[in-house]
Amino acid sequence: MSIGHYLVLSGLLFSIGAAGVFLRRNLITLLLSVEIMLNAVNLAFVAFGRQLGTVDGQIITFFVMTVAAAEAAVGLALVIGLFRHRESLNPEAFTSLKW
Amino acid sequence: MGRRLPKAVTGGLASAVMVISFLLAVMQVWSLAAMPPESRQINQTLFTWITAGDFSLDLALRLDALSAVMILVVTGIGSLIHIYSTAYMHEETDEAYARFFSYLNLFCFFMLMLVLGSNVLVMFVGWEGVGLCSYLLIGFYYEKQSASDAAKKAFVVNRIGDFAFILGALLLVVTFNSLDFTTIALAVKEMPPEVTFGTLSLITLLLFIGATGKSAQIPLYVWLPDAMEGPTPVSALIHAATMVTAGVYMIGRNALLFEHTPVTLMIVAGVGAATALMAGTIGLVQNDIKRVLAYSTVSQLGYMFLAMGMGAFGAGIFHLMTHAFFKACLFLGSGAVIHALHGEQDIRKMGGLKKHIPVTYWTFVIASVAIAGVPGLAGFFSKDEILFETFLHGHQILWGIGVLTSLLTATYMFRLVHLTFHGEERFGAVEHAHGHDDHGHAHAHAAPQHSSTPAPQHSHGVHLHDAPAPMAFALIVLAIGSVLAGYVGVPHALGGHNNLGAWLEPAFQATNCGAPVTTGELAGIAIAECPPGEAAEATEDHASLELSLMAVSSLVAFAGIGLASFLWLKRKDIPAQMATQFSGVHKLLLNKYYVDEVYDATIVQPIKVVSQEGLWRGFDVKIVDGAVNGAGYFVSGVSIVLRLLQNGSVKTYAASIFAGAVTILAYYFWR
Repeated sequence: MSIGHYLVLSGLLFSIGAAGVFLRRNLITLLLSVEIMLNAVNLAFVAFGRQLGTVDGQIITFFVMTVAAAEAAVGLALVIGLFRHRESLNPEAFTSLKW
Repeated sequence: MGRRLPKAVTGGLASAVMVISFLLAVMQVWSLAAMPPESRQINQTLFTWITAGDFSLDLALRLDALSAVMILVVTGIGSLIHIYSTAYMHEETDEAYARFFSYLNLFCFFMLMLVLGSNVLVMFVGWEGVGLCSYLLIGFYYEKQSASDAAKKAFVVNRIGDFAFILGALLLVVTFNSLDFTTIALAVKEMPPEVTFGTLSLITLLLFIGATGKSAQIPLYVWLPDAMEGPTPVSALIHAATMVTAGVYMIGRNALLFEHTPVTLMIVAGVGAATALMAGTIGLVQNDIKRVLAYSTVSQLGYMFLAMGMGAFGAGIFHLMTHAFFKACLFLGSGAVIHALHGEQDIRKMGGLKKHIPVTYWTFVIASVAIAGVPGLAGFFSKDEILFETFLHGHQILWGIGVLTSLLTATYMFRLVHLTFHGEERFGAVEHAHGHDDHGHAHAHAAPQHSSTPAPQHSHGVHLHDAPAPMAFALIVLAIGSVLAGYVGVPHALGGHNNLGAWLEPAFQATNCGAPVTTGELAGIAIAECPPGEAAEATEDHASLELSLMAVSSLVAFAGIGLASFLWLKRKDIPAQMATQFSGVHKLLLNKYYVDEVYDATIVQPIKVVSQEGLWRGFDVKIVDGAVNGAGYFVSGVSIVLRLLQNGSVKTYAASIFAGAVTILAYYFWR
């Protein structure tokens, strides 16, 4: 398998994630989509790491996974907090933070 | 702190410090005198102040023959005036009393800094410092409008001179790459004298303008008479004995520099003579006891500058020293009179005080005789030396002005003495009329000057008291000084040795030139001429000339005294008649040649208009404020539009981030 295949898969995953962020109307789904995007990037890193014969790609992947875990924790906590306020998970409901 | 300390502590402390510094000064000068004349210098470098490239400047002090004379005058007369003030200012509140003495001590510190500085910049620090203290002390009674106005006037007028001083100092840096007096003098020595107007002349001229500001010469003398709003000891210390002589001292310090610029020297002499004459004529008609003395000071300072302009630096410094004695004595005497009369300063309301305050009377008369130039007293020797030098340099016109001025000096001083101390007692009656209907022109003129002591309740009584012990002590010492100070410089023609001149000579020459004829003892019995022989030669040639000139000036002095006695004692109707007959001249003199009015019209008002209409309403309000407000309006206008972008929708934000990322990627792709 050449690196091209990995990158195509990574690009597809990233596009799916981005589409999910823009199109879905549920905050939890939004978070999941963000995770998909992150993992797409992880895939690209690992693929490049193998291609170049170094461990750098794998190391940075671990970092991204750590950050993703922290982000998920904070994000879900925020979602719970927001839901208690508005009884809704639609991001369009939270637009009062302006001007 | 002064608020909590009793007067005895604050005043005593301040005086004690001054007396100690006087003793230290005497010790230093003593050790200086023990050295051979040509190396009489004590240098002390405190630290390097400024280094920039190859230019460096030390905060250094130097004591040499010239500054030795000055520190003795400053600390000696300073301590006497401190002692005097402990009694004079006693009616002030504790706080004002402490404030007064702290200003006075600060002044002495800066004055010593000025005379001891070994380069122009250190001198300038002292120069500005004394200006500041002068401002603070003139405005000591700051609740009074006229006092604070006078303080501001003094400060602003001085600033004009200081500006020229700075320019001169900067030019010195550019020309000599140094500000040290000795370095400059040595460099100048190599140069030929500048016959036409050039850089050196420009430097000296600028420095001289600085001196006119500090030393109250034409055209910047206007602040000194107004400075009499301050307490009388201040007038004595700052505006007679020490600070106003700073300009003279500065020229003496740069003697070699000035000697190389004959053009400036002529200007200095001319301005000095003109000031002496002009101030003398004004002094003749003034009615305020302190103002008469103020104009007398301006006039005597003119003499000093005349001497400086003649290149007779020794004579100028000599007159500075003797003048410090008798003028301080006169001011303190006038202070005692004012004190006795509870704040009265108008000499038309005095008279007959002789038997009431004898100590003041006698010291005042001695000092007046000294300033008038009666032979045997201080003023005679120094003034005569100046006139002699002027005549010797072939300036008969300036000599004539000098003689005329000395006639005026004798006349107005004895007018003052007669009106104040002789004749009938006018103070009781006037004291009653005061405040009722006496709102004529003359009174309005003198009205703002009831200052120096706050009028106590019993001012209506004619209870007169002579100077209390501390004041009497200072007066008597100064009167003795007025008699004896001249004997340090008895000219050769009278069998003296002009010790002061010989003492000062090396300081003006910057270095030793040739071997001294004999090694000098303390009092300088031997004369270290430089070059040797010249002075001795001059002595022989001009002894008879000097003697005859002396005779002339003594005659003039006696004539002045006689004239004053005739006009203001014997025939009191004549002055009044003359005043009506020459009412134009009289009015001109009474209003001080309208110089204040002319300055007001030509300088103050235009500046006011320009600053108010042009700079304030025009530039400040329209352009500066406009720019600031405009910036505000611009930002708020733009943000009204821009804040619409912040709509709070997470999706929009995400979309813009995404769009941005894509744009950047696209840019790198197709670059």
